[in-house]
Amino acid sequence: MPEPPPQGPPPGSAGPPQGPPGPFQGPPHGPTGPAQGSPHDPNAAIAPTGGPAFDLASSEAQTLEHGPGQEPAGPGPEVRVGSLWSDAWRDLRRNPVFIISALLILFLIVISIWPSLIASGSPYKADLAKAQGGAEPGHPFGYDVQGRDLYTRVVYGARASIVVGVCATAGAALLGSLLGGLAGFFGGWGDAVLSRIADIFFGIPIVLGGLVFLSVITSGSVWPVVGFIVLLGWPQISRIARGSVVTVKQNDYVQAARALGAGSGRLLLRHIAPNAIAPVIVVATIALGTYIALEATLSYLGVGLKPPTVSWGIDISAASTHIRNAPHMLLWPAGALSLTVLAFIMLGDAVRDALDPKLR
Amino acid sequence: MTSEPILEARALVKHYPLTQGVVIKRRIGAVKAVDGVSFDLAAGETLGIVGESGCGKSTVAKLLVHLERPTRGQILYRGEDISHLSGRALKAVRRNIQMVFQDPYTSLNPRMTVGDIIGEPYDIHPEVAPKGDRRRKVRDLLDVVGLNPEYINRYPHQFSGGQRQRIGIARGLALRPEIIVADEPVSALDVSVQAQVINLLENLQQEFNLSYIFIAHDLSVVRHISDRVAVMYLGRLVEIGTETEIYDHPTHPYTQALLSAVPVPNPEAREHRTRILLSGDVPSPAHPPSGCRFRTRCWKAQERCALEVPLLAVPAVFRTTTGPVAHDSACHFAEERDVVPNTEPGGAGRKG
Amino acid sequence: MTLVNEPIPQPATPAPAGPLLDVRDLHVEFRMRDGVAHAVNGVSYSVRAGETLAVLGESGSGKSVTAQAIMGILDSPPGYVTGGQVLFQGRDLLTLGREERRKVRGAHMAMIFQDALSALNPVVSVGAQLGEMYEVHRGMSRRSARKKAVELMERVRIPAARTRVGDYPHQFSGGMRQRIMIAMAMALEPDLIIADEPTTALDVTVQAQVMELLAELQHELNMGLILITHDLGVVADVADTIAVMYAGRIVETAPVHEIYRAPAHPYTRGLLDSIPRVDQKGQELYAIKGLPPNLMHIPSGCPFHPRCPRARDICRKDHPPLYDVAPGRASACHFWEETLNDE
Repeated sequence: MPEPPPQGPPPGSAGPPQGPPGPFQGPPHGPTGPAQGSPHDPNAAIAPTGGPAFDLASSEAQTLEHGPGQEPAGPGPEVRVGSLWSDAWRDLRRNPVFIISALLILFLIVISIWPSLIASGSPYKADLAKAQGGAEPGHPFGYDVQGRDLYTRVVYGARASIVVGVCATAGAALLGSLLGGLAGFFGGWGDAVLSRIADIFFGIPIVLGGLVFLSVITSGSVWPVVGFIVLLGWPQISRIARGSVVTVKQNDYVQAARALGAGSGRLLLRHIAPNAIAPVIVVATIALGTYIALEATLSYLGVGLKPPTVSWGIDISAASTHIRNAPHMLLWPAGALSLTVLAFIMLGDAVRDALDPKLR
Repeated sequence: MTSEPILEARALVKHYPLTQGVVIKRRIGAVKAVDGVSFDLAAGETLGIVGESGCGKSTVAKLLVHLERPTRGQILYRGEDISHLSGRALKAVRRNIQMVFQDPYTSLNPRMTVGDIIGEPYDIHPEVAPKGDRRRKVRDLLDVVGLNPEYINRYPHQFSGGQRQRIGIARGLALRPEIIVADEPVSALDVSVQAQVINLLENLQQEFNLSYIFIAHDLSVVRHISDRVAVMYLGRLVEIGTETEIYDHPTHPYTQALLSAVPVPNPEAREHRTRILLSGDVPSPAHPPSGCRFRTRCWKAQERCALEVPLLAVPAVFRTTTGPVAHDSACHFAEERDVVPNTEPGGAGRKG
Repeated sequence: MTLVNEPIPQPATPAPAGPLLDVRDLHVEFRMRDGVAHAVNGVSYSVRAGETLAVLGESGSGKSVTAQAIMGILDSPPGYVTGGQVLFQGRDLLTLGREERRKVRGAHMAMIFQDALSALNPVVSVGAQLGEMYEVHRGMSRRSARKKAVELMERVRIPAARTRVGDYPHQFSGGMRQRIMIAMAMALEPDLIIADEPTTALDVTVQAQVMELLAELQHELNMGLILITHDLGVVADVADTIAVMYAGRIVETAPVHEIYRAPAHPYTRGLLDSIPRVDQKGQELYAIKGLPPNLMHIPSGCPFHPRCPRARDICRKDHPPLYDVAPGRASACHFWEETLNDE
């Protein structure tokens, strides 16, 4: 093989653009090119080599045989066709924990919208003669201290829990991911200030905070409770969202979009948000269960929901003084509460397993 | 030189501040990632930048495509300083300087289809292609980089590393830039696929008259693709010249050590090659040595090296000579040394 | 499909005893959600004391999985060894119990990984990690283990070993960390070292230092070394014998000088030809067309045939056995003679 001819142009402070030696459009492959083009086996289990440009680069014969319309020859690298979401959905559908918790939650949502579907009576209809009475036909859970049907009250109580849980989670997730996402994306002093504010909210003991904030509010509706939970819940979500955005922001595809001249809005909405949202969803789903428990705790302490609103927390509170002679009054609403919280936490767990690629 | 350079870097400096404290940040120093780098890029030329990790070559790439702002210094595009542009003017300049990234797995948004990824440049710069025309343009680009245009609706994870890198190149080409900054474009690819992508880059250069800044640590790849080569060490260029000047007539001791350390795919070269083994590690860019930055690892270092920063210019000893030795080299004691053994696999012993 | 179980022919130099490690017809598969990936499909190779075997291959060729199976550190599930033998000093490691295997792994064979930072415990000082080897395997006291740790660090030429013995892994540079990994592997003076891409993460100037050190220690302790790499340059510098892997099989094995002079398999030839060469500047690089195969759907016959410039009908149908090319050389190509003589 001949020695390489000296190729450098005469030295200069900066070499002139050096054209390729010899005609570039000569034979498409050099002396070491493939000796013969072999027909490509269409059943070969490899991914296609690509369109004409590359094929021309490697072998002429190849190009002549395969136009750009050639379909992938085999499953090749596209065995895993699903995206993160469809993969996650496929995982979830096969996960019994998810199916059980999802069915339970669906049921809870339905009865919180239409409680009359399974409870025909009124949760307020009291019959003092039957106060603290046990189960009897038509009244499977028995009666509470004022003689109201416990079954009907437990069914109607679902509404408060679900409304508080869903609204508080939605509020905290929106506020938290918005603030955390912006802080993570822009950084700087805004980020520092937000992190300190979040730390302050983290420092507030939830129950003590609830006693102080909510005791000044006389309204019995769910909204002050929802507001309070959002106020204390967003820092947790914002931390997760911030961390997730900071991680995603460093990916090369964000840099690539930036190099193309994309503005902050496009970067956030097109590139960062879709890739950073998964951890937020996971944390929010798990938080939902704990928010429902928090509502019950606050109602139990008398600062959350107030009668005449029907709530498991209120009923548990009312029953707690009678736990010795009428334990069923406590057990049914407490059981319903535990089951609901459990269902949401199980759902969150299943979603996390499906969305967390590290566990795959 | 036929035309004026299309891109010039003038004494580029990028320092990343080191801070201490959480709320009130105190500046306690700076990482001097790039510390006075100047070079020209002529139209249609490929300038290779080589150096070890941490030498600042990737930061140079980011500065050139405006992903980072220089602390000091200028970037001139066709004679105009673009380093402090912003808003609309910056966006216009960006059309002409595009980047190809190293890692084909993180440089494509996994939630977007290939069509959306390659078409995004047109969304950002709608004046380049009318809306109805974009889809066709994306298909053309896929074809240009050797991918099947039918793949337009697929997601990045359905492709292998080499194919993804082609998608990244197609995105870089979409705006028909004049300059492409490629930061280690093949180092994440398998050996057998690397050659395909290098060929693609070379063909595209011919077809679209592109100028490349080609950053890599693989010296043989850089030699193959580059017209001129710049060697970086700890934030500074130590030597720059044509490919022959650098590889066959290196005069800076660091270049010589770097070249001699490259494993040669030829077992015959094992016995009769002299390898310059450098002692120690690269110093921290937060506290670079005084004077010549290479002096802590250099076997030629003398007192002068600690006191005086060597300039990147033709060394005094070669100023009167002509020929490939007389090229810019930032060393007080520059001398030629042939360090590259026969790199041809099988060497002359191969049949034929 | 015919599987070939021939052991690799021994190199010409006479060996005092049998091989140190003899892998025979090893099969490994990964049972994944989407199917079974056949990572290793009948690999046979052997290493003698003092010999360096380089296993060359691209990602997915099965080179690292083979090493993990030999070491017994395969992640299982999803990975399973489904056939073959790993004879180490005559004993089949695959039939040993967990505890016996662990003992062999600690004292007689060791592994060096690519990423030293993640292979070292970040919260334990390097001195303690090195000393632990002596405390656990040799029952030394903490104090004398510490002394041994300093000795080891000096041996792998870490400057100021005595003062740095208490430092944590992140306080060392990449090259120094890889030295510590080497020190750890050498601590118990094993008979065999498997180095999986030991210098890939390092810079060229540091690469050279580390390879030099590894070769020197190997020579000193007369160890067998399996060097797993994708870098044809590193291989040429240090290896005695080369085994080229593709799609979980060995496609060519030969003494290092011969394989570079005249490869006998089109894949090896393609790899060598795709290295940029000085005399090809300005020309197209030779590129192996297509992509490496998907291990769940390895092509029929010769797995390389869809990318091979020489492929004919027989290549699509019959899997080529390892043909003897010369003493100590074998190639899994039906047309090895053509390949060998072709230029």
